[in-house]
Amino acid sequence: MPDERKICLSGSGLTRVFGFGRQKTVAVDHVDFNFYEGELVSIVGESGSGKTTLAKMLLGLISITEGDIYFQGKKRDIRTHKKKKEYWKSVQAIFQDPYSSYNIFNKIDAVLLDCINMRGGRKLPYEKKVELMAEACSFVNLKFEELTNKYPFELSGGQMQRLMIARIFLLNPKILLADEPTSMIDACSRATILDMLMQLRKEIGMTVVFITHDIGLAYYVSDSVYIMEHGKFVESGSADEVILHPKEAYTQRLISDVPKIYEEWDLSTV
Amino acid sequence: MSRVMLEVKDLTTKYITRFQEDVYAVDHVSLKVEEGKTLGISGESGCGKSTLALSLMGYYFAPLHYMSGEIIIDGRNISGMDPDDVRKSILGTEISYIPQSAMNALNPTQKIIHFIEDVIQAHDPYQTKKEIDELATGCCDVLGLPAEVLQKYPVELSGGMKQRTVIAVSVILFPKVLIADEPTSALDVTSQKMVIKMLRNLMEKGYIKSMIFITHELPLLYNVTDDIMVMYAGQIVEKGTAKEAVFDPLHPYSKGLMGSIIVPEKGLRDVKLTAIPGVPPNLKKPPAGCQFAERCKFVRPECKAASVPLRDVGYGRAYRCILSEKELRDAYLREAKKDA
Repeated sequence: MPDERKICLSGSGLTRVFGFGRQKTVAVDHVDFNFYEGELVSIVGESGSGKTTLAKMLLGLISITEGDIYFQGKKRDIRTHKKKKEYWKSVQAIFQDPYSSYNIFNKIDAVLLDCINMRGGRKLPYEKKVELMAEACSFVNLKFEELTNKYPFELSGGQMQRLMIARIFLLNPKILLADEPTSMIDACSRATILDMLMQLRKEIGMTVVFITHDIGLAYYVSDSVYIMEHGKFVESGSADEVILHPKEAYTQRLISDVPKIYEEWDLSTV
Repeated sequence: MSRVMLEVKDLTTKYITRFQEDVYAVDHVSLKVEEGKTLGISGESGCGKSTLALSLMGYYFAPLHYMSGEIIIDGRNISGMDPDDVRKSILGTEISYIPQSAMNALNPTQKIIHFIEDVIQAHDPYQTKKEIDELATGCCDVLGLPAEVLQKYPVELSGGMKQRTVIAVSVILFPKVLIADEPTSALDVTSQKMVIKMLRNLMEKGYIKSMIFITHELPLLYNVTDDIMVMYAGQIVEKGTAKEAVFDPLHPYSKGLMGSIIVPEKGLRDVKLTAIPGVPPNLKKPPAGCQFAERCKFVRPECKAASVPLRDVGYGRAYRCILSEKELRDAYLREAKKDA
């Protein structure tokens, strides 16, 4: 079945080691994966299992100790700054903490203008740029007129995360890495953010790599799920398969730890 | 009827901003917690959950100001007391608090045991080191922490351990009411379960007599608490047992909240999460009528005219809406049919 789909991003033997000698920590340990085009993949694991390290490697923010990343069939090459910038045009990210994701000295319109310039819209007339920005803001239910003179820290957490989605809307990347995008906002705005992310994904047909510790969330959004434990993928497959019929003990434990409302929550297993 | 540990009558507190504007973050809130019970408070960010927690502790430092109402802890009225007196004689022994970010609550330059010593000696200067040691070890035992933790610095502990250490410090003086303000929001699911189990243990072993649990995670709230109170824009909009509030919400806002529950159970993928459109009202200029009117699906002209009182339906159940129980249920049924 997977043969028909095109592989968008893949990795083989990907490893990252922090420190050396006695303090050596293998954060990501020889992981192999294939993310297909247009798919929504979730990576689920506890804190400290190496999810974020993997995301940073995929983004090219930290170096790789061993192994290779293949982007659209070719080996990824980001050895120079110019190539890195080119890579970031197609691979973008939303981070966990919206409060520290923005440059605090830039106003919101500057943040969005940057995105337009990055997509090659530098020479567009200003009115056209404003139109684009307003469109992006209305996509995420924000009013552009109210935002222009504000700084990012004047917004609420949910609004900031929505602005992040507006950025992605303008940037139109091939791959989006969403690193716990909803863990710092409350349950009510979480549904809004997830809906917007889904809608955006449909609109521009990007691949989304969704990193989370909440297995319920992963089940709700994703097509396929990778379960990560101590830097290794212990189980992977389609969301229904992994979450409704988990094989590994670790996956079973993760699922039993989430509070449920229709089933009994067993506290004795900790 | 068992002993009432905490009773709050019509509590109103406000913030005064830099520009001398009044923000009523807790608006005529009444609640009651009995011995051995847990009360859950839910609502979105900015609805006044944490301010309510601070107000209950008598923590009135500017910009937070006490306006009216009564707070009675086990028969003792603490409303209107000087905040400094409250800190000396009430905090720790009568009412205690677990803050949201345990990571910042511990002093990084102090070993845990010295921190606990400080807390105990501030209330009872005559306790010896040995007694304190015994007390601390016993508390750690209940919380499932190894005794070595006491001799460590906060940086040497993991997130879940730090949170449990903070809980140990909060309950070491056997408080009557423990307020847990989002104690697990920074933890992953496994540590979260551990913390919940420990809180239950504390209740069983008699370290705490009753608890108020604040969180926006409804599945968690449902599993931890006996009663649930939903807040919106500083007011209580729904009150009821955990089961009623989650499976049979009356107020349109709590109905919307229940639509955003995510649990890894079969059938979740077929449901579409319902988000409530719009944003909460600006509390600097609150609307005249129902606070929720702007975002409500069933809004009527009367809603915006006058403020809506909390409607009591008996058995501890209450909600704040002008529609009757039957009208609301019919409206939800129609809505569900429309979606199908």
